[in-house]
Amino acid sequence: MEAPNSSELENEESTPSGEEGYVHSHTTGSVVDGPGVRMVAWLTGCHLRCQYCHNPDTWKLKSGTRTSVEALMAEVVKYRRFMSATRGGLTISGGEPLVQAPFVARVLRECKRLGIHTALDTNGYLGERISDADLGTADLVLLDLKSWEPETHRRVTGWDVEPVLRFARRLSELGRPAWVRFVLVPGLTDAPANVEGLADFLAALRNIERVEILPFHQMGRYKWEKLGLSYPLKETPPPSPHLVAHVAARFRERGLNVV
Amino acid sequence: MHSKTPGNSIATAWSGFKAGPWQERIDVRDFIQRNYSPYEGDDTFLTGATERTTRLWSRLGELLAAERVKGVLDVSQVPSSITAHGPGYIDQGLELIVGLQTEAPLKRAIFPNGGWRMVESGLQAYGFEVDPRVKEIFTKYRKTHNDGVFDAYTSDIRKARSSHLITGLPDAYGRGRIIGDYRRVALYGVDRLITLKQAEKASLDDRHSTEDIIRDREELSEQLRALQELKQMAKAYGLDISGPARTAREALQWLYFAYLGAVKEQNGAAMSLGRTSTFLDVYFARDIASGVLTEQQAQELVDDFVIKLRIVRFLRTREYDALFSGDPTWVTESIGGMGEDGRPLVTKTSFRYLQTLYNLGPAPEPNLTIFWSPRLPEGFKRFCAKVSIDTSSIQYESDELMRPMWGDDTAIACCVSAMRVGKQMQLFGARVNLAKCLLYAINGGRDELTGEQIGPRSEPVRGDVLDYEDVMARFDTMMDWLAKVYVNAMNCIHYMHDKYAYERIEMALHDYNPLRTMAFGMAGLSVVADSLSAIKYGRVKPVRDPSGLVVEYQTEGDFPKYGNNDDRVDAMAVQLMRTFMEKLRKHPTYRGATHTQSVLTITSNVVYGKSTGSTPDGRRKGEPFAPGANPMHGRDTHGVVATAMSLAKLPYAEAQDGISWTTSIVPSGLGKTKGEQRDNLAGVLDGYFGEQGFHINVNVLDRATLLDAMERPEKYPQLTIRVSGYAVNFIKLTREQQLDVVNRTFHGTM
Repeated sequence: MEAPNSSELENEESTPSGEEGYVHSHTTGSVVDGPGVRMVAWLTGCHLRCQYCHNPDTWKLKSGTRTSVEALMAEVVKYRRFMSATRGGLTISGGEPLVQAPFVARVLRECKRLGIHTALDTNGYLGERISDADLGTADLVLLDLKSWEPETHRRVTGWDVEPVLRFARRLSELGRPAWVRFVLVPGLTDAPANVEGLADFLAALRNIERVEILPFHQMGRYKWEKLGLSYPLKETPPPSPHLVAHVAARFRERGLNVV
Repeated sequence: MHSKTPGNSIATAWSGFKAGPWQERIDVRDFIQRNYSPYEGDDTFLTGATERTTRLWSRLGELLAAERVKGVLDVSQVPSSITAHGPGYIDQGLELIVGLQTEAPLKRAIFPNGGWRMVESGLQAYGFEVDPRVKEIFTKYRKTHNDGVFDAYTSDIRKARSSHLITGLPDAYGRGRIIGDYRRVALYGVDRLITLKQAEKASLDDRHSTEDIIRDREELSEQLRALQELKQMAKAYGLDISGPARTAREALQWLYFAYLGAVKEQNGAAMSLGRTSTFLDVYFARDIASGVLTEQQAQELVDDFVIKLRIVRFLRTREYDALFSGDPTWVTESIGGMGEDGRPLVTKTSFRYLQTLYNLGPAPEPNLTIFWSPRLPEGFKRFCAKVSIDTSSIQYESDELMRPMWGDDTAIACCVSAMRVGKQMQLFGARVNLAKCLLYAINGGRDELTGEQIGPRSEPVRGDVLDYEDVMARFDTMMDWLAKVYVNAMNCIHYMHDKYAYERIEMALHDYNPLRTMAFGMAGLSVVADSLSAIKYGRVKPVRDPSGLVVEYQTEGDFPKYGNNDDRVDAMAVQLMRTFMEKLRKHPTYRGATHTQSVLTITSNVVYGKSTGSTPDGRRKGEPFAPGANPMHGRDTHGVVATAMSLAKLPYAEAQDGISWTTSIVPSGLGKTKGEQRDNLAGVLDGYFGEQGFHINVNVLDRATLLDAMERPEKYPQLTIRVSGYAVNFIKLTREQQLDVVNRTFHGTM
């Protein structure tokens, strides 16, 4: 997987002020992107090229619809009562939302003002783009930790793991609640050293409320094919229930809450 | 078994009950309010099936399996009435609650008063020879409802009917959707009810004999006769129901006898039960408190009662069964809700009713309907959600919308029709195909499939692109005509039904002169809303055949689609409901009934689609409509909550006969753990009903399960799935209907 160079990464930002952002789409009724029943807004733009990405149609920033904070919030507030009835909220996902950090910060602040629970779904790589104060407005961070071993992380995403781990430690220091999500792919992320290393790392943090092990599935494949991309994991089966249970046990034995 | 009541010992029967006006007049609600104890706990007190229950149910299981193979197990050709058949049992030694429609379980009766043709084709379809004597009576000496209606139909009605513009009219069989207050028999005994009806009749003696008063006197006489017959029917089982019930078991038995009388007399399209669980709970609580009944025994009685409700049967034609997906009887029972005083109407017996879905396994009947309010006790909400996730067998309706309109002793007839029990009835009237009406508007009144002139002739639409204002003006005129024809048809039907197939026992369990509603309905709401949206926001080109008839549409460009919480198109759906309701109200109804309408298709959305040409929204000729008020399949792309919000915009005030929404969610789409799934579903219900949603059918199923059931039906004898306001055995659906269900949106996760 060829990664974009860093200058490309620098340029990938929506309006510097964040008054507008690029949004792929939104849905409602999600129960797997944070607590309760949630609205999820997918932003575009992501430089990671995860082999198992199930939203490759969100990689390119400019493929999204230019949307003002106001317009997005107009959609969000429609579900305010529903969100409170279900103890849900808004999840900002992507793509990688922090590609558009100023836009995200504005949306988070608006939600905070209106009392809407927010979750920021990020791979953490661009964590430095968001300030401590803005990070503090997100009620929950869903941290997608692709892998622990640097080599595996590079293989999965095309990029280094260190910025991600730095972001995870920072969240812990700030005491910001986080749910970690780890996609278990047979033959790619399931090596014992990778799993145990990740578990040890997370066990040392103070802010991890739960760990979700997401079994790899083939449901994203059709999107790759639709985009004319070749799907690297075409032949990869989903992990066996036994493997999932085994990996879950590695996290649990370190006192982590695996759901 | 029960001993015979020694005289009318009202004092014994009512001992321990709090006194009130209910003792002086018929007022079941007052009795409930003064005597029931709300239950705010959870489901841990419930008990499983006893050995006796399991034995009885498995005995029946053999018969049910045989019935599935044959379609109809057996038929009695003695025209049914309250007393036409002697007592029948499944296994007399095992039954706690007794009574069958005929002398054997699953043996169906015939009801020729509704119409002979239905009886004859029902018999022939299942290989039974018609008894020539019965045929002679009902074709030569005794006129039926069906004959009467066709004597009075106009040519417009006949044309609208045969072109499938108006369908499902109850003109060939019982209209149903009337709920007798069966609780009255348990609380007061039949003799007291007879005295009362006699007084009602006597009060008309001084009134001048107008047609209305003559009819009322005759009806009251029939009601009195039916009450006497009900006592006779009970006597055949060795029971005297002239006095009130003295125990929980008697209360259940008396109540069931009253209901049984109704299903022996009428094969109404829907024969609903009412709102009985909290009423009966007063008796259960009294017996449990005095130590004569245990929780296990209480559950056993409920289980036994529900077994009886599951085997109510009518002989119908294959077409009817195909239209409604199997054998629905709509034995709807309304459970829960809040009282006007703010106390929940949830009792332990509400839980016990739901528990039958575990003790006897999932089933479509009785049609258990939860009156949901965000204020319901959490323990009950969670249990309901759990039952939905485990069985997909229950539905939910908004207590918060119905209570202000109809009070807190309201029950659902059929799927979504609310009525005050014993104080209100409906004149049921199926639905019109609004999508077809739109096509008629475009084609100047000609049918898009046959080219025949059905509606009033006008200039068809000209030009290469449909113009929104132009189409709307034509549509409005066509709806004017349709509303007129529709009300006319309904008036003919209900006049004749009262005359030839009057519901004597059900009406004997109503107050004199109840509120009557005339329940109209519409199909194709989402097709029409999306079509209008396509015409307004996209570009729709009509494609004409050589005779100038528009037979296809080329739809270009994107347009907002109903079901995504987009006001631009949702408002069109709302406006459509208001407009058609307004047009219906312009035409006076039989017996001064109040006009109402529903957005409900039962499962006929498939059949409607079949008989409707291509529509401007891009739907192809013959493709199914969405059921009820659902968005069209696959067009709701913003998740279940957005769809819920679109539905919730439809105003109940303009559809007081109900608005139906059926949705399917995959289990993992509700959360990771069982507990999370339960809480999230309860949350979605709170959210939806908090936004003024009216009704929801929730299926919690994987598509894979359904596909497997299509291939290996024998593995899934009890697989139940909610359709439009009721539930069906999935394996009894036609293949087309199964595919329709499988192709619907299953809300999962992205």
